[in-house]
Amino acid sequence: MSTETLEAPVVKEREALLSKRRKKFITDPLNDDNPITVQVLGICSALAVTTQMKPTLVMALSVIFVMIFSNLTISLMRNLVPTRVRIIVQLAVVATLVTLVNEVLKAYAFDMYKELSVFIGLIITNCIVMGRLEAFALGNKPYDSVLDGLGSGLGYSWIILAVAFFREIWGSGKVFGYPVFDAIGFENVALNGLMVSPVGAFIVLGVIIWVQRTKTGYVEH
Amino acid sequence: MDLINLGIKSIFIENMVFAYFLGMCSFLAVSKKVSTAFGLGLAVVFVLTITVPMNWLLNEYILNEGALTWLGAGFAEIDLSFLRFIMFIAIIAAMVQLVEMTIEKFSPALYGSLGIFLPLIAVNCAILGSSLFMAQRDYTVAEASVFGFGSGFGFFLAIVALAAIREKLRYSNVPNGLKGLGITMFITGLMGIAFMSFMGISL
Repeated sequence: MSTETLEAPVVKEREALLSKRRKKFITDPLNDDNPITVQVLGICSALAVTTQMKPTLVMALSVIFVMIFSNLTISLMRNLVPTRVRIIVQLAVVATLVTLVNEVLKAYAFDMYKELSVFIGLIITNCIVMGRLEAFALGNKPYDSVLDGLGSGLGYSWIILAVAFFREIWGSGKVFGYPVFDAIGFENVALNGLMVSPVGAFIVLGVIIWVQRTKTGYVEH
Repeated sequence: MDLINLGIKSIFIENMVFAYFLGMCSFLAVSKKVSTAFGLGLAVVFVLTITVPMNWLLNEYILNEGALTWLGAGFAEIDLSFLRFIMFIAIIAAMVQLVEMTIEKFSPALYGSLGIFLPLIAVNCAILGSSLFMAQRDYTVAEASVFGFGSGFGFFLAIVALAAIREKLRYSNVPNGLKGLGITMFITGLMGIAFMSFMGISL
């Protein structure tokens, strides 16, 4: 405890573009406040698309995009929207952004579009997006909301990429479609077909949650 | 016969939860007690049975390519399918609201037991997911109705079963880091294996 006290600044200074408080918006969701493992949001899509790394990466990027821009839009409108109709407004904003993502994928990455099928559309009902809009964007300034969207999106992304990594390497022996085991000279590596099936996703995510919660010491009662 | 087959398929083999991971959020959050899980399950069955055929109508007569032909020959070229997401979610939100008001009016007892869960259902991925699957697979109206009910019933079975297991689980000694979500994930995985045994059944 220091004895000297800092004098409170009379004029409120302009906050730095990446001040400590703002950095927390990005770093918190990565670990301590992770949307998937701690807040239990957005599990549906986290499991469905993670059989391979490539579609997972596309999914992660789409979610980050939707989160940043929906947070920005809702934050800009936060004083205009009456509370009673806010859910519909949020759904409309998110659905518009998701439609954009969907059309872009359809135009430029048709294979990916086929593979992800309905799951791009399901970003609309991804609880992370709605959850952050409700909990953050409705009560904060646009720039902070963008950072929060980015942080939550990244927190979501690294978990689904981790799940996809384990499922792909154990299920089909590849990383991003590249056969790693063949490349380093192992032959006839026994692959676990269960990893490719939905069951594998639950188990891998369960283990990741276990490891992460043991590290952070978070206990659910 | 095809319809029964589709029904069985959507309830057991292609179960919304175990095969497509849809509705996981509420599946995990509302499965701590059997009674609440039962309420949510019923509400999902109810809403799915209504919204999937509704969205089928929307898809068939407004959104699909050439669907607007009934308005006149000039509309035959119009393809509104890019509006699908926004229209489906709007219909779902509106239907949920309608269903809520209808139940409140005609059956206050049922409303009391479903009450809190109905509004939540608008953002349940199982609902939107079923409608999107229906659109993607070009079902007929009968198929769409059966599929809607089947998916809902599959979700109902899954969530009630999980809640029953979790009630029992309260008496077991789970490692600290695994408590809650972690162990639930494992249980769901194991239940998924059980549901895999239905694979290959067709009538």
